[in-house]
Amino acid sequence: MNFKLLGAAVVALTVLAFSPAWAEEAPAVDRTATGGAQTLEDILRRQEQLKVDESFRSENLGDPARAAPMTDQLGTRGGVSDAEVWRSIRYNKIDPTVQSPGPANGVMIQDEGIAWYKLREGPVITYGGLALLGIVVLLVVFYFVRGKIMIDGGPAGTTIERFKAIERFGHWLLAGSFIALGLTGLITLMGRSFLIPVIGADAFAPLASGSKWLHNNIAWAFMLGLVMTFVMWVTHNIPSKLDWQWIKAGGGIFTKSHPPAKKFNAGQKIIFWTVMLLGVSVSLSGLSLLFPFQMPMFADTFGLINSILGTSLPTDLAPHQEMQYANIWHSIVAFVMMVAIIAHIYIGTVGMEGAFDAMGNGQVDIEWARQHHDLWVAEVEARQGKGGSS
Amino acid sequence: MKVMIGAFVAALVIASLAPVVLNQFGWSSAEQAISESVRLD
Repeated sequence: MNFKLLGAAVVALTVLAFSPAWAEEAPAVDRTATGGAQTLEDILRRQEQLKVDESFRSENLGDPARAAPMTDQLGTRGGVSDAEVWRSIRYNKIDPTVQSPGPANGVMIQDEGIAWYKLREGPVITYGGLALLGIVVLLVVFYFVRGKIMIDGGPAGTTIERFKAIERFGHWLLAGSFIALGLTGLITLMGRSFLIPVIGADAFAPLASGSKWLHNNIAWAFMLGLVMTFVMWVTHNIPSKLDWQWIKAGGGIFTKSHPPAKKFNAGQKIIFWTVMLLGVSVSLSGLSLLFPFQMPMFADTFGLINSILGTSLPTDLAPHQEMQYANIWHSIVAFVMMVAIIAHIYIGTVGMEGAFDAMGNGQVDIEWARQHHDLWVAEVEARQGKGGSS
Repeated sequence: MKVMIGAFVAALVIASLAPVVLNQFGWSSAEQAISESVRLD
């Protein structure tokens, strides 16, 4: 399972590495003047919202090996001062004894939560929201530039079965649950920033609560739909040389030609594998969020990355940290999927004449089929002795 | 279109049944907040 997340984690790190706020390294600061404590330079950098190397705090936790003898002052502290104890609590570097046993009950303060909160409320919402708006604007422009892709010569009037009922059921199970997940996910992620100022906290509370319930539970329908569509369509979506021809011709979108294609053309195969790979990734990170104590994934994934790339990603993660990494990754993958699916919805509805019928009632016009999936039509007609239209 | 509506209904049915089934198998978030005992000795 961690292997499946490896690729996802690498992409996440790439994204974070290109983010200026995360990529910026804090310069080394000479702290001899303050005895290792905070300096004026630290304060000034913080005021300018620049990155500050906090290791002078997080790693300054005292050393029991240097404990003063019991007879000396501070001897009973075991080499750890009050400030050092509190810093240990802040950075979750102590192993306290708690009366109520539980996987996270020993975590009193989780300092990394601030970084997660800032990332979630800042770049994730900003860039994710811009990506969604961007694809909508792009498709509107495309519609006015290219127009609707029509059936050359008009529909023939006779139809051919494109998808069986079980195929359409799997598709709509996946699609319906994905739309519900997308909307409820956006409400959960962006509600605090965009909905509460408009509808108020009292109205948002039941909306947020309902969104959480639906998001958590309809995810199972999404995973079932993902498995169904994978099983039914994977053999039709294996890349072939034909796909390269289709891509070189740009799918015929701008040249108004019709490159040859079987049941699925290269564009559809790209959508298929995007949905499958990102769907598995978003499902795994979602499961990790649903069951954080049973399915932590990022510590092992980071460990694997460290062993391969020699990096020093954190591997000792509190359950809260696991959820924070899973939450950020879940959001990023979901935004990429939403962008791809919005484009998919466009081409399957207003963007192309006759396309919706394939998933609407399963029957497509034979002329549409010959223009967009000529090799598939030939296969079907060969199987049915050229009496295949229905 | 019947298949599409049927799939949407199925998604909602799955969502409704999911918490019940998970509870049956002990996969409840409430379980995580319950400790077996508090030792005062």
